Amino acid sequence: MASIEVGGKSYETDEEGYLVNLSEWNAEVADYIAKTENIEMTDQHWEVINFLREYFDEYQIAPAVRVLTKAIGKKLGAEKGNSEYLYGLFPYGPGKQACKIAGLPKPTGCV
Amino acid sequence: MSDNKKFMFVNRKAPYGTIYALESLEVVLITAAFDQDVSLAFLDDGVYQLKKGMQTKGIETKNFSPTYRALEDYDVEKLYVEKEAMEARGLNEDDFIVGVTVLSRAEMGKLMDEQDVVLSF
Amino acid sequence: MLHIVNKSPLTSGTLESCLNTMVDGGDVLLIEDAVYAATKGNAFESKLSAAMGRCKVHVLMPDLEARGLADRLMAGVASIDYAGFVGLTVSNKNCQSWL
Repeated sequence: MASIEVGGKSYETDEEGYLVNLSEWNAEVADYIAKTENIEMTDQHWEVINFLREYFDEYQIAPAVRVLTKAIGKKLGAEKGNSEYLYGLFPYGPGKQACKIAGLPKPTGCV
Repeated sequence: MSDNKKFMFVNRKAPYGTIYALESLEVVLITAAFDQDVSLAFLDDGVYQLKKGMQTKGIETKNFSPTYRALEDYDVEKLYVEKEAMEARGLNEDDFIVGVTVLSRAEMGKLMDEQDVVLSF
Repeated sequence: MLHIVNKSPLTSGTLESCLNTMVDGGDVLLIEDAVYAATKGNAFESKLSAAMGRCKVHVLMPDLEARGLADRLMAGVASIDYAGFVGLTVSNKNCQSWL
């Protein structure tokens, strides 16, 4: 089992870098994972990350990218609920990459 | 879109006692990504999957029932419950965590017959 | 004797076989999917009620809670927790887990 080291504490991850224990997640871990993904976290990034965490809390799944895009559009407006905006923030996929930073499992129904 | 096939997932097992209910739900979410016409049918003990108010802390198992409410986001909106099975379990429509269409066993059989692909769990 | 059953009575004949086989005065413990047998309005309710005259029926509460039916427990069925489960295995001279 792989792990990452943040602030002197070790966090277990799977072989793709997703946190194993969701409850261990914190902002510092998010920043660390973002850096390994070459992402500089901004308020816009955090808005998506927080949205994902809330979605997971309510439905117990990480949404597929198509579902995420639609749900963000509904909540944050059409200018954010589109692929261009979300891929601009998370170039390797707002589903996979943002979920990893949010400490969630890989999206269900992501192909 | 004309290539769309009609998929039906037939759920007949109670949740938690076996893994079928959760496996079915995951396959449904994955299938939904392919833009197919998806229906979910709940027969026999499968109707228990939709019961409101599950508290799984005591059995240390993930409560996956909230995920049925996310099906709408995945454009899976056709959920059918067999009337006879529901009534044999002392349940009614208000007991379910999501909105469903209640069908008689005969109607359910007809709907099943109209499908291109039926997957049974 | 303690009889432990874990299958839904509406899709398996296990609980019915158990009730038909056991001698009077025993304990029946419903766990996992067998807890559905002890919920109000289910089709097996009358059969379980009939058996309650000659044996003591218990239900494992965490399993009933998990299934969202804690508020539908039939009258006359004793609800127990994991400690109560252990207690039943100790107080009975033998037990059987029906498959």
